[in-house]
Amino acid sequence: MTNTSDADALTKSSSSEFERERVPDSALLGDSKFWGMYAGEHAAGTEFMIGPLFLAAGASLSDLILGLLLGNFLAVLTWRFLVVPIAMEKRLTLYYQLERIAGGSLVKFYNLVNGLLFCFLAGAMVTVSASAVGVPFGVVFDVPANMFGFSNWQFTSLVVIVGITIAVVAAGGYERVAHMANIAAPWMIAVFAVCGIVSLGQMQVTSLSAFSRGDFWSDAIAFVQEKNGPQTFSFWQIVVFAWLCNGAMHFGMADLSIFRFARNKSAGWAPAVGMFLGHYVAWISAALLLAALIKLTPELAIGADGKVSANPGVLAFQSLGWTGIICVVIAGWTTANPTIYRAGLAFQGIFPKSSRTAMTLVAGIVSTVAGAFPNLSAQLLGFVGTYGTVLGPMGAVIFVDFYLMKKFGLREEYAVHSHSRMNVAVMVAWLLPVAVGLYFILVQGLFAAYAVIPCWVVCAVMYLLLSKFIQKPNRF
Amino acid sequence: MSKFAKLASFASLGLVIIPSLLYFAGSLELDAMKWAILVGTACWFIAATLWMSH
Repeated sequence: MTNTSDADALTKSSSSEFERERVPDSALLGDSKFWGMYAGEHAAGTEFMIGPLFLAAGASLSDLILGLLLGNFLAVLTWRFLVVPIAMEKRLTLYYQLERIAGGSLVKFYNLVNGLLFCFLAGAMVTVSASAVGVPFGVVFDVPANMFGFSNWQFTSLVVIVGITIAVVAAGGYERVAHMANIAAPWMIAVFAVCGIVSLGQMQVTSLSAFSRGDFWSDAIAFVQEKNGPQTFSFWQIVVFAWLCNGAMHFGMADLSIFRFARNKSAGWAPAVGMFLGHYVAWISAALLLAALIKLTPELAIGADGKVSANPGVLAFQSLGWTGIICVVIAGWTTANPTIYRAGLAFQGIFPKSSRTAMTLVAGIVSTVAGAFPNLSAQLLGFVGTYGTVLGPMGAVIFVDFYLMKKFGLREEYAVHSHSRMNVAVMVAWLLPVAVGLYFILVQGLFAAYAVIPCWVVCAVMYLLLSKFIQKPNRF
Repeated sequence: MSKFAKLASFASLGLVIIPSLLYFAGSLELDAMKWAILVGTACWFIAATLWMSH
């Protein structure tokens, strides 16, 4: 998942200069900037939440190790070969490209959806931070049975305090938080690795043979299944989740805004550092924290409802003490802050006359409300898949517009050439597959990440076909 | 000054990682390891702030 770092500072400062124009050659950046940025961006608070969820969902250790390897590799390839070529050719932000293709009104609606999804992501981070802040005060993190149920009143109060604090800091200024995140990033990556090392030591898995036997893992899964009921999380679910949990960034082309500054195509390999430190080492380490907690103090792994729940604060505290608490708070805070900031900017795009401060506070309030429902953060595996399903298809529109429109005798960037504020072809091609995808996810119970690529492909085909019918050559 | 701060910050990262390896190897108690990485954390934020703020 994402964290603030050089990229946000880079995107923010540069976007104000090149928001509606090509990035000039003088502003291009070398590869090292991108490597540093992605290293920090994917060592985020969400990793503490996602890692244990794999264990809680019943994934086997070998599936996790191999599945994450393959899925993260596919994610890196997608960034390199899908996003970077378009980003370097066009050198425009995602929003400006979309505006030229889809029209200003549709981009405003996209901004609203994007902003709301950002708020839910930030809400999960508020929950994560509150879980850590609560540990020294003995505040228990209960996950209610209902999706929209509150935890105990003490935890809910803590969420409100943490959420408001984060929102006020985000509204007050961005640079200080981005700077703090940059300083914390190398330390956080080290702490993530330490989580795994210490957890293995606590479980006395100190040899390769003990690790490969995997008894510590299968015992933990058996414990979870006994309390939570049987669940399975297959190899391919792990692969697809690791590949597409950042689907909005690569398939959805959000990182066009980052890679438009790339001087060389080789910068496209930079996400590898984020994937293999954040989405490999950190996820496995965080999962090991839960396995260690179950082995050593199983009573702490069980919530008030008698089920096993991943409480990031308790997990980190049991293995690393106060360093763990500091890491969870900083990781959650440095993720929530820029996410609320981005949501505020997205809302400001809808209401241009409003102040950024006011919109950031609105985003903070929505995030805090979302954070008060702990089940939303417990459903993070499903949420990030849904996030990619909803936003990913817009990347298909950009892909088709860039590679195929001219080949099929159609006008690319139709909205800007037809002076239209709403390209109906884009609207239908985006919303119809997404609606069907959401139906399968929310009603039929489809694993959310499975819907990302089908929705992307259907959107691409529909956009091409609808453009054939809708475009009027005499309008140019 | 900046050179010294960089050196100190990398040493601090070592103070975060090495105690965990010693604990893993059975050469350090859990509580001692927790205190050591907390000291390493404090040193990292002091030293890294000195050179990363420039």
